[in-house]
Amino acid sequence: MPIVSRGFHGRKPDPGRKLPPGQYETFDFPVLSAGPTPRVSRDDWTFTVTTESGTRHQWDWGRLMALPAEHPTVDLHCVTKWSKFDTHWEGVSLDVLLEDVETEAEFALVHSYGGYTTNLPLEDLLDGKAWIAYRYDGEELAAEHGGPARLLVPHLYLWKSAKWVSGIQLMLEDEPGFWESAGYHEYGDPWREQRYQGD
Amino acid sequence: MDPTGGTAADGVQDAYQDGNVLAGPLSEIFAVDLTAAMSRCAHCDSTGAVATLRVYGRPPALVARCPSCGEVVLRIVRSPTNTWLDLRGTVTLNIPMDTR
Ligand SMILES: [Zn+2]
Repeated sequence: MPIVSRGFHGRKPDPGRKLPPGQYETFDFPVLSAGPTPRVSRDDWTFTVTTESGTRHQWDWGRLMALPAEHPTVDLHCVTKWSKFDTHWEGVSLDVLLEDVETEAEFALVHSYGGYTTNLPLEDLLDGKAWIAYRYDGEELAAEHGGPARLLVPHLYLWKSAKWVSGIQLMLEDEPGFWESAGYHEYGDPWREQRYQGD
Repeated sequence: MDPTGGTAADGVQDAYQDGNVLAGPLSEIFAVDLTAAMSRCAHCDSTGAVATLRVYGRPPALVARCPSCGEVVLRIVRSPTNTWLDLRGTVTLNIPMDTR
């Protein structure tokens, strides 16, 4: 007998907000990981963009903090079917990080501390659609949510917003990431309900 | 890697379940109970019962990691219409057969 949750903590979903198909609204921030949480200190953290020719562009924490920050407010959609509206983040736009990177690549493979990977078209990281985020809701990003810093690419399902991000590999050809090689959809658009291969 | 799966220093324990939670999804595919099988890890060559693997995530996607080295031994993704079973981290599964 299915029991439909009407939302947590006694709050009701806002009927004015539109959910992608198959999603429900949640008010907490569920933690879902494919492995143990990596513990990376800000002193040890680096973020490396590697082009198809092997050229490396690297930022340490100090260089990241020196870049202009943005404060996106975005909706999150997890493939496990929860969505969370109006989440507040602080981070650096990928437009800034990739500004001086010369590449012919059309694809990106995102790498994380702990070994996680996820792939997406490079254009989905550009034009104000993606950030390296290091603060959530006014606080330093907690390790369980991907701190010190995570990718935030909210127009795709949340498995694309790699926690504990360590770098982005730019590639001429697409290569499936951790979940994309095990049945998850290559692109993952929540509005087209692209959860699994073949959706 | 901390064998407890968490870091005692910051009080955070990473949530994992033991391999027995794989019994349900695996029983949809295999006629025998695979949680009793012995799996050999492709990364560190250690052997142990599938029931002792450390399982992260929740349906529709589960990741079973080796308790010795922490690498991925087995992954299951279950969509409404398909199951993807990824065994690239497994060298062998030694499955006890019912001989009665
Ligand atoms: Zn192992």
